[in-house]
Amino acid sequence: METVPKPSRDVPPKKNRLQAKKKKPRRYWEEETTLTAAGASPGPPGNKKRNRELRHQRPKNTNIPKKSRFSRKPQLPKKPRERRNPEPQRSLSGAQDPFPGPAPVPVEVAQKFCRIDKSKKLPHSKSKTRSRLEVAEAEEQEISIKAARSELLLAEEPGFLEGEDGEDTAKIRQVDIVEAVDIASAAKHFDLNLRQFGPYRLNYSRTGRHLAFGGRRGHVATLDWVTKRLMCEINVMEAVRDIRFLHSEALFAVAQNRWLHIYDNQGIELHCIRRCDRVTRLEFLPFHFLLATASETGFLTYLDVSVGKIVAALNARAGRLDVMTKNPYNAVIHLGHSNGTVSLWSPAMKEPLAKILCHRGGVRAVAVDSTGTYMATSGLDHQLKIFDLRGTFQPLSARTLPQGAGHLVFSQRGLLAAGMGDVVNIWAGQGKASLPSLEQPYLTHRLSGHVHGLHFCPFEDVLGVGHTGGITSMLVPGAAEPNFDGLESNPYRSQKQRQEWEVKALLEKVPAELICLDPRALAEVDVISLEQEKKERIERLGYDPEAKAPFQPKPKQKGRSSTASLVKRKRKVMDEEHRDKVRQSLEQQPQKQEKKAKPTRARPSALDRFLR
Amino acid sequence: MSAAGVAESLLALSQQEELEDLPKDYPLSPSEDEEDIDGERKHQKLLEAISSLDGNNRWKLAERSEASLKVSEFNVTSEGSGEKLVLSDLLGPVKTSSSLAAVKKQLNRVKSKKTVELPLNKEEVERIHREVAFNKTSQALSKWDPIVVKNRQAEQLVFPLKKEQSAFAPIEHVLSSWKARTPLEQEVFNLLHKNKQPVTDPLLTPVEKASLKAMNLEEAKMRRAELQRARALQSYYEARARREKKIKSKKYRKVLKKGKAKKALKEFEKLQKENPTAALEELEKIEKARMMERMSLKHQNSGKWAKSKAIMAKYDLEARQAMQEQLARNKELTQKLQAASESEEEEGDVEEEGELLVPDAVNEIQMDADGPNPWMLRNHSSGTKEARIQDPEQLPEPVAHETPESEEEERPGAEEEILLNEFEERRSLRKKAELNQDTKPVSRQEPKDSSSQEVLSELRALSQKLNKENQSGKQKVSSARTVWVVQRKDPTEEEEEPLLLQRPERAQTVEDLEELGKEGCFQNKEVPRSVLEGQQLERNPNNHPGAPKEKKKKEQMIDLQNLLTMKSPSVKSLAVPMTIEELEDEEERDQKQMIKEAFAGDDVIRDFLKEKREAVEASKPKDVDLTLPGWGEWGGVGLKPSAKKRRRFLIKTPEGPPRKDKNLPNVIINEKRNVHAAAHQVRVLPYPFTHHQQFERTIQTPIGSTWNTQRAFQKLTMPKVVTKPGHIIKPIKAEDVGYRSSSRSDLSVVQRNPKQLTVRHKKQLKKNSID
Repeated sequence: METVPKPSRDVPPKKNRLQAKKKKPRRYWEEETTLTAAGASPGPPGNKKRNRELRHQRPKNTNIPKKSRFSRKPQLPKKPRERRNPEPQRSLSGAQDPFPGPAPVPVEVAQKFCRIDKSKKLPHSKSKTRSRLEVAEAEEQEISIKAARSELLLAEEPGFLEGEDGEDTAKIRQVDIVEAVDIASAAKHFDLNLRQFGPYRLNYSRTGRHLAFGGRRGHVATLDWVTKRLMCEINVMEAVRDIRFLHSEALFAVAQNRWLHIYDNQGIELHCIRRCDRVTRLEFLPFHFLLATASETGFLTYLDVSVGKIVAALNARAGRLDVMTKNPYNAVIHLGHSNGTVSLWSPAMKEPLAKILCHRGGVRAVAVDSTGTYMATSGLDHQLKIFDLRGTFQPLSARTLPQGAGHLVFSQRGLLAAGMGDVVNIWAGQGKASLPSLEQPYLTHRLSGHVHGLHFCPFEDVLGVGHTGGITSMLVPGAAEPNFDGLESNPYRSQKQRQEWEVKALLEKVPAELICLDPRALAEVDVISLEQEKKERIERLGYDPEAKAPFQPKPKQKGRSSTASLVKRKRKVMDEEHRDKVRQSLEQQPQKQEKKAKPTRARPSALDRFLR
Repeated sequence: MSAAGVAESLLALSQQEELEDLPKDYPLSPSEDEEDIDGERKHQKLLEAISSLDGNNRWKLAERSEASLKVSEFNVTSEGSGEKLVLSDLLGPVKTSSSLAAVKKQLNRVKSKKTVELPLNKEEVERIHREVAFNKTSQALSKWDPIVVKNRQAEQLVFPLKKEQSAFAPIEHVLSSWKARTPLEQEVFNLLHKNKQPVTDPLLTPVEKASLKAMNLEEAKMRRAELQRARALQSYYEARARREKKIKSKKYRKVLKKGKAKKALKEFEKLQKENPTAALEELEKIEKARMMERMSLKHQNSGKWAKSKAIMAKYDLEARQAMQEQLARNKELTQKLQAASESEEEEGDVEEEGELLVPDAVNEIQMDADGPNPWMLRNHSSGTKEARIQDPEQLPEPVAHETPESEEEERPGAEEEILLNEFEERRSLRKKAELNQDTKPVSRQEPKDSSSQEVLSELRALSQKLNKENQSGKQKVSSARTVWVVQRKDPTEEEEEPLLLQRPERAQTVEDLEELGKEGCFQNKEVPRSVLEGQQLERNPNNHPGAPKEKKKKEQMIDLQNLLTMKSPSVKSLAVPMTIEELEDEEERDQKQMIKEAFAGDDVIRDFLKEKREAVEASKPKDVDLTLPGWGEWGGVGLKPSAKKRRRFLIKTPEGPPRKDKNLPNVIINEKRNVHAAAHQVRVLPYPFTHHQQFERTIQTPIGSTWNTQRAFQKLTMPKVVTKPGHIIKPIKAEDVGYRSSSRSDLSVVQRNPKQLTVRHKKQLKKNSID
């Protein structure tokens, strides 16, 4: 029966189709169009290979594994379609799309948006689970490609100051820069001469459009600094320690001598928060709607400005607090203390998340860059250090400054500005969010008074400096992110848009207790409670429902199911499992042994016991 | 069962067997089975049997002791007598009277016919029905399994299922409704129509269409014919094979075998001429057969058959012949193929042509095959190697081995140095190992690391030396040495405590590189790793092995101090901004001194270390001490339970995972769990996942619009089921998914009237009941 191959049923139609395809009659327009197509674009139409190349085009010099990973996945679903319709769609006119398929995506850019950590090895999974994982990975792939493609829309590029060969950019003065740039940019450099009300603190709103500043002698003002339109100007008749915009420019908080006050954009006092007294520093966490205040009494207080409640009041137990900054990446508050440590706080924990010993003397200033990777600290020992915040908290670079920096701030693109006496120094690294090299300052500027407040303006290459002589707006090329997210923080938004955004932001408010050192840990399963629950369940049921049932040999016929053979079979399976276990442990052993590698020592003598 | 019993008795009747209890059993009354009556009957029987014992064996009329439905008019019963009544006895008298022919016929019919089985119980029938219905239903439903799976895995389901045809029409169709209006257009169209040209793009000319159709038909015909032929051939072939298989003639088989052998031989010869390599393979097969034969006892006259023949052989010529034949066969099979084996042996030697039994072609092939055959090649080369081993210049491998030797001979100085180096390092390693034994596990990792590094560096140095020329290599090593020496004598280093050696790895690497690149390594306080190691090497032998513990502790502390102090690059190299008034060197130094003095008092580091130690202690799980005072410890001053006892009753809690800040001297990381955040975390694994890591991987990509493009966001948050408001969602039908509706109708038949079964069902029913 099997000797002669049987013609299967599905053969005839297949062959028919194939033949039909082969003997496709030539159309009367055929010759013409192929000629034109050849003229328009090199290569014949419908060349599969070329098509694919175009679709998944990527730079030739990228490394191979990545490339293969990226090119393989999207191909898979497309293949059948390709086979069905090998010729590109033609319009009535006969013209062809010279670039069929979606536009190419550079691999590196797409890689940036991939968040699944594939380096971790997963335990063996069943087919159903595996299919889910594959779906997740394919989804990520697709999404990252989409995101990478949308990067095209970020049209603006950051500018940078580059000295001619051998020229030190630090020698370029503000006046020179202002002369060189266009009028609109030149208008961003200005000085406000306010000698009367003492050293100023200042703050830009999140959109970078508005500026609020408060002098120590009570002068508080906000203005649209681009158009120089004054919004309000008041004197609170009290010492002003710090000033900060809340989520929008319509509200700002002022840390006054006794209490914390909140004003609106017309300078009307809305709230006086007496529970926050003797506040020295303010920090606002925009996604959590939290206003963090550090006080002289040593308390770090979190105020939820959306509901007006104090979320947490934490005693730092380290005396007066006057150095504070936020980590924009994970909303952790960094406090600098007089014993040279920097402590990291979250409202969910009564104790600091981490404590880092940074300086021999007290900490004078702390700043964290926008990606949450680096922390710059300066201390009373005249040192400026940059720490790595990614788990190790080790200093990456350090430098002694002649005077020590009293104020530090990072710009959006990772420039570090330090105020030392009446001088502002700015250091830059290579590229975005890279470690600023402390060797050569990128820019320096001397002010008319001692620096009291520093703040980089978001989305503008401007550094605002508050000092004893008023406010100075410096031009720092390459400081800010050139592209803004119009839905998130739009400098040009109207009032209506702002209100809309406010509602959305409130809806998306992040609960305060989610603040932790590694925000990605929230996307992990709570293993402890998982195990706890499992244990409880086992206790409740009296057995483990997920436990692997012990092997039960199947009864066999023809006398092979004797008790002895059953036992034998059972033993076999048991042995196999045991061998697996041993094999695994053997695999792990060399690592352990390497770890141990206890050097052999002479046998302990009996007299050792008398050795104390 | 009574019914079955009746059936049996009927059978017995027809087979003319005993008819003992017929009159009693015949009526199907339930009262018949009652015991008391039965007992009476037996009693009666017994009495009769006793009475018949007295000799007069007369035919006794049976008494009618009970009411029966049928009473024989001849008063014939077998009851009471020991004889059996057979049907033929009854039929005997009937034969004569013709009036009873009809009865006789009936009885004959009864005899010939088998009895009809009784219908089954109602319950049983119903059970069978149910079983069949279940089987049918599950079979019908299993067709839906793939669809169910598909729907479960689908990203999105859209209801109602029936999709209305989209109103989208290809542009050609739209254009076809367009009419030519202007005279020019009309003219052009006329022209086109006249020539039967297609007006729109993808449509074919009528001629083309016609040709296409014609071709299709022809081809279909051809195809059909081909298929028919193939089928016919197949059936012929099968029939023939079946027929041939059935032939039992021994002779035929013998002839067949012989023919096959002949054929094989012929083919082999043919192969020799045409395709020598294939022939070789055949030869190999033969060789294999020989081996098998040698191994087995098949033709050794040792089998059962052979033994029996051996007995007969004396008298039977045929048997003798058969035995002979078998032995011959054995011989034939075990005969060595001279050519194949000999050629192999002789290959190594000079090619001496002996008398070969195998045709020349084979041998030639063998020689030819010698080239590509790796085994032969290897043999060959090994032979040559042995031959050539005397002159070492030509061989590449020995050179590699010998060059170092020669070089070593050339420069014994370098060699000595290497040896010295090695010894020194080994000694230091040993020393260090001794030291390490007592140190805490915290600091154990580092020295080992360094030791491995040392080994590496040693190797590297060796290789370098070997590669370079004699002089230069020497110089290099010595220069490296000098660098070490210089650094050891670095004044800044001398100022610090001499034990400032071990530093955390982290601080070293990145910083080192940076500093090294920019400033001279002499000015730098941080010494590169290798240098450090060199220092350690030098120092370790000098250390007293007596107090390693203290030292370790100190080191860790200094570690931290180092971290804080060492980081400052020397002020000299500082590029001070112009705006700052230039401080002169002396001033600067003064300032530095001042700072040092200012911070001399408050020991920040010690405080921090203390704090860290406390934190570590607090986070450690506590051991439980269950010791109670016992004999000899009840009262008195300064009495404590003995150490042994305390040890015995101390329950040690298992050590948790290592602290995150274990190797970070300047950091205290809080290990407490954030309970509030944990409340937001997932704590139950959803269904298909068995391990939390698997699930974590699927939720790592954020789905919010903040992190995604609009499209991606929409795709990620796509609803699983989409329904159209105001539309009835009908259940899925077979037509919807491309099935024929038969499966459904099948199902409905079974469900609607399970009592009216088709013939097929009945058959199945029967089969089930038999089972």
